Amino acid sequence: MAHFTKATSVKDWLNQRLAVDKVEKVMASEYWIPKNINFLWAMGMVLVVTFALLLVSGIFLLMYYVPTVEGAFYSVNYTIMTEVGYGWLWRHVHGVAASVVFLIIYIHMFTGIYYGSYKKGREMIWISGMLLFIAFSTEAFSGYMLPWGQMSYWAGMVITNLFSGGSLHADFLVEWIRGDYVPAQAFLGRFFMLHVLLVPIAILALIGLHFAALRIPHVNNQDGEEIDFEAESKKYLDGDKAGAKVMRFANDFMSKDMMVVGIYLIFFFYLVFWNYSFAMDPVNFDPADGLKTPAHIYPEWYFLWSYEILRPFNVDLGLALFGFAQVIFVFLPFLDRSPNTVPANRRGTMFKVWFWLMLSNMIVLTAMGKLPPEGVFSQIGLVAAIIFIAQWIALPIITSMEKKV
Amino acid sequence: MENNSRRGFMGKAFGAVAAVGAVGSLVAMKKTWDPLPSVKAAGFTTLDMTTYEEGVMITEKWRGKPIFVLKKSADVMAKEKGNAAAEARNIKVGNDNFMVAIGLCTHLGCIPAFRKSEGDFLCACHGGQFDASGLVIKVPPPRGFDIPPFKIDGNKLILGEVGPEYQAMKDNGVTL
Amino acid sequence: MKNKEPIILAVVVFFTLVTYYLVEPYAHHVMHKHVDSENFAYNDLPAITKTGNAVNGKELVNGAGACTGCHSIDVENVPAAMDAVMAAQSYGVNPPDLSNAGVIYDEKFLADLIKNPAHALKVEHKYDPESGKMHPMTQFYGAGGDIDQEIADMVAYLKSIAVREDKVTPAMAFENACGRCHAASYVNWTQIGSKPKFKHEKDSLAFDIKVIEYTDALKAYMGKLPPDLSMYIRSRNEQFLSTFVENPQNHLAGTAMPRTGVTAHTMDQVLEYMKDSGDAKRHKREEVGKTVMIYIIIFAIFALLWKKQVWRDLH
Repeated sequence: MAHFTKATSVKDWLNQRLAVDKVEKVMASEYWIPKNINFLWAMGMVLVVTFALLLVSGIFLLMYYVPTVEGAFYSVNYTIMTEVGYGWLWRHVHGVAASVVFLIIYIHMFTGIYYGSYKKGREMIWISGMLLFIAFSTEAFSGYMLPWGQMSYWAGMVITNLFSGGSLHADFLVEWIRGDYVPAQAFLGRFFMLHVLLVPIAILALIGLHFAALRIPHVNNQDGEEIDFEAESKKYLDGDKAGAKVMRFANDFMSKDMMVVGIYLIFFFYLVFWNYSFAMDPVNFDPADGLKTPAHIYPEWYFLWSYEILRPFNVDLGLALFGFAQVIFVFLPFLDRSPNTVPANRRGTMFKVWFWLMLSNMIVLTAMGKLPPEGVFSQIGLVAAIIFIAQWIALPIITSMEKKV
Repeated sequence: MENNSRRGFMGKAFGAVAAVGAVGSLVAMKKTWDPLPSVKAAGFTTLDMTTYEEGVMITEKWRGKPIFVLKKSADVMAKEKGNAAAEARNIKVGNDNFMVAIGLCTHLGCIPAFRKSEGDFLCACHGGQFDASGLVIKVPPPRGFDIPPFKIDGNKLILGEVGPEYQAMKDNGVTL
Repeated sequence: MKNKEPIILAVVVFFTLVTYYLVEPYAHHVMHKHVDSENFAYNDLPAITKTGNAVNGKELVNGAGACTGCHSIDVENVPAAMDAVMAAQSYGVNPPDLSNAGVIYDEKFLADLIKNPAHALKVEHKYDPESGKMHPMTQFYGAGGDIDQEIADMVAYLKSIAVREDKVTPAMAFENACGRCHAASYVNWTQIGSKPKFKHEKDSLAFDIKVIEYTDALKAYMGKLPPDLSMYIRSRNEQFLSTFVENPQNHLAGTAMPRTGVTAHTMDQVLEYMKDSGDAKRHKREEVGKTVMIYIIIFAIFALLWKKQVWRDLH
């Protein structure tokens, strides 16, 4: 039995049992963050806030949502939107947040790529982050099924059809995933389970892993400078707060985080109340009809770039490239053979071009993925898809040629 | 530490603003939890009192609960005469007299059975008995049948609305 | 350390806006063709040149015009010839009550409708005069005098018994112009009327059966069942709905949906009805939105002030 003394205060009582002070130092007041950062470093907190909005609004939607093919559409568009006190608010928050979270995820991802925050010791942060991207994608897709509108049904039909593997004709697999020949009650039920229980648990676990992976290597900085956290934190604690190169997570970094969050929320709530159709597509306000395909089917905007990689090619090649596109980002830390952990603008012309081309090209792919696959749009889409593949093949080559900065 | 008090103040001020937002969210959440308008609207049942036969106990429904409606015969009314407790529970609609009560034993909530031949109610759970006026004639129930809020509207009885007769019953402790 | 944040913000905002523009306004513009509105002017229809006499019109409507043979006129205590279900089984759809036809529908449309229903309704592709297939509403062949004068009289009569334009409610507009083909279940509207509350399940089911009998007849008449419009204000936008009602053929060439001949004012009422059905909480959304925006701006200001205080010592 460990030795315990009579507690002198509530804090002392908690400290003897839970080491509250130590935890607070490690996680907050003595978690040292470089000062040489910009507002892009706040995207992590913005994601936490957005995820919290999704969780809370989701809890209240879950109270009234009916997960049956007969009841789902009505429970969302009548009960929740007109009857439930503030039901419309939770629905709008949930739909807009589900879309905006991907904008922030992409900004967060490209920030990491630009500043080399996946290199040398930070590989697990990157990998756990990409796993979070996959988990959020699954969560978004499963969630989109739930209102059981036309887009829910047909997106479900098309995406599960992918698993037939083209020429493999693995129809049994498609039917097994659906639990039926077409998306029906079994399909809705299992995606409800995934959306409400399994994937949220996975996301919470992955967030824990992502934070843990960040703690030891520490947060990167704008110049990729290797900081001696021991020395700099001593400077800070000795009183030279202005001269030290680091600051506390709480409250130094947190106060800037909160400022960025405040500005973000102005933009976010404007969308929730006045400009939400980008997130709540009109087509999904038609109840699901298995006998009528809408004139235009498209995924949500954040899936468009990879959807477009699938489209220009024959079914087998398209599926293979689509699979490639889903996972290739995970391998970035290992494909980038350069020894430099510096921002892209200091990594020589080749990587600089690679970065901005990747970003622009993914936007082109996104736009083409939404536009009808005809004429000049499908030509541009084909070129963009080829550029995407070529860039990843080129990456190990151009980075191994990079000189040490 | 320099500026600590000002920093502390601004931090507390921001915290207070954030708390206001949190309270606002809690208010919205409370309203989300409230019963839906369709549930509250369904909380009214209208009974056409001309359709009942003397001595025949009919069970209606109000807010998911059984409601006993018993049209009392002249004999029952004669027996009630002088019994203040029984007369206070009587509901007169037009020229007819009724016992209208929530059909749940006031002991632990089972539904007592109406015995036509005896004209009384026997609760199978623990043997409690109520008479045709709704008063307890055998324990363990602690009080007579509870009476639902009602309003007399011509020949109709609207359960769920509070009329003057019901209000008087409540004020006089006839029902909870 | 040079402050690069303004340029970083500019870059992020730029790429976000470009993506948004291409994926939303631009893509939707490419996917959906734009149809111009003529603001319910019905330019293809001739104006009424004669001055109508409402007294004579009343005689014609009840007599030679044979309108009351199919149409009720509630405000004049003229009952319907048969109930809704039987009417649908005879004509495909329940003919509308004419009490407010004079204010709900455009006068040029009414005149053309009486003279040549298939033409006014723009269903001549279905009721081609050469094919011999007759529109369920028989056209008026005249009562022996100047047919245009007679029609002007009938239209004048209908206008005289109708309510004033500002008294036309969303329900009046929708139920008469749309509701005999389209249900709006979220506001409890069926093609045979709002569903009453029934005490006994049997009566409720009997009503439902009547609705089914009606919609079966309607489906046979139209080719397929006109959709429930409950959520159409959100699945389509106002511009689309207005131009669609103005002339369905412009959006869906060959459709069986007739041109309804409503006025611009009636269309506004119909849109209001559809908003009450599919966007019932819009007023609350505006109100709560303003409050939340004011709060969140205050929140951001306080966060900014806190940050400035904390970072005073760090620079």
